[in-house]
Amino acid sequence: MAIFHFELVSPERLLFAGEVESVIVPSVEGEMTVTAQHAPVMAVLKPGVVTVSEGKGAPRRLFVRGGFADVRPEGLTILAEHAIPLEELDAEALAQLVKDAQEDFDDAATDEAKRDAAEKLSQLKELRDALVH
Amino acid sequence: MPSLKDLRNRIASVKATQKITKAMQMVAAAKLRRAQSAAEAARPYAERMGSVLANLASRLTTTEGAPRLLIGTGKDDVHLLLVCTGERGLCGAFNSAIVRMARERALALKAQGKTVKFFCVGKKGYEALRRQFEKDIVDYVELRSVRQLGFDHAEAIAKKLLRLFNEGGFDVATLYYSHFRSVIAQVPTAQQLIPAQVGEGAGAAGAEAVYDYEPGEEEILEALLPRNIAVQIFRALLENNASFYGAQMSAMDNATRNAGEMIRKQTLKYNRTRQAMITKELIEIISGAEAL
Repeated sequence: MAIFHFELVSPERLLFAGEVESVIVPSVEGEMTVTAQHAPVMAVLKPGVVTVSEGKGAPRRLFVRGGFADVRPEGLTILAEHAIPLEELDAEALAQLVKDAQEDFDDAATDEAKRDAAEKLSQLKELRDALVH
Repeated sequence: MPSLKDLRNRIASVKATQKITKAMQMVAAAKLRRAQSAAEAARPYAERMGSVLANLASRLTTTEGAPRLLIGTGKDDVHLLLVCTGERGLCGAFNSAIVRMARERALALKAQGKTVKFFCVGKKGYEALRRQFEKDIVDYVELRSVRQLGFDHAEAIAKKLLRLFNEGGFDVATLYYSHFRSVIAQVPTAQQLIPAQVGEGAGAAGAEAVYDYEPGEEEILEALLPRNIAVQIFRALLENNASFYGAQMSAMDNATRNAGEMIRKQTLKYNRTRQAMITKELIEIISGAEAL
């Protein structure tokens, strides 16, 4: 399988850089799998899991929150606001995130803020349920 | 003429001070290394962000309906100066250089009849600006208790800034921080945050590629601009942090060297006085013996 260059960067550090076979990206409009020769796309991410297949061995899974993916002819770059390897994410941390989102929702003053918060909350809940199973 | 005991005491106290400054210099050197690598680690993200933003902005052909964060409010009556300084002193001219730059800008703007507001990050800048612009300071964030600068801190500041902007609190926001050029050179820098300044060169290369956008271009741009502000603030904080330790290191290095110089001089004086006394006593004894 053809390989392409993939970079995952968060504001704090470069988390991953290398040649990979495919990457599953959680975009707001659904998950998409990026492989080599993918058409250029720019997508906003929802909180979710990025799955990176390097060809050999088990795929690496990383939890990302906020940010966007940029597919270019020369490769894929994910700019994530928060990104941590899935192994380091435990149920407790996720529960805390859900709680924070719930508080944001409760605190939201305007309709718009409320809508944004509700969307975030549902995305997180979805993710939590998906990970538990 | 100080007595021998006075001189001894003075030398001892300078030595104690020298030990402290030396220790501070070494601590600053160690922290500088960490701060520097953190600043470097943040660079790829900020660069990517800049190129993506430039790409998107270059595709916006009409300014009509473009996000206000990009094109501004159309006025420039109220200026907000976001002044990032350190939390501590003992770092040479680091804090005062940033404050001086912001203050000069504020006075120039006021002379033009504009309104100036301040948003202070860091205790030292707040204290310095409070003396002159007490009523113009709209917000103040202290990062004293923060051990490791995270993106969250920048995000919180950006959130406050955006809320203020959306309420119509200001038209133009400028960020003041110290750019870390090298250990001995920190350059106070001003950077305009709102309206966003987008690099032009990067846009041309990427413009040929046909992009799909999920969701639409404008939505992405709208999501990106606030995030860009947080990223810029985060970068400024990291640069500031590295600059601070660089400045502190050289200041403490100077202090240690000055203390060494002082000890040398005082020791010389001490020895001279001591010898003068011995000579004097000898003369007294000899002349006493001769008189007998």
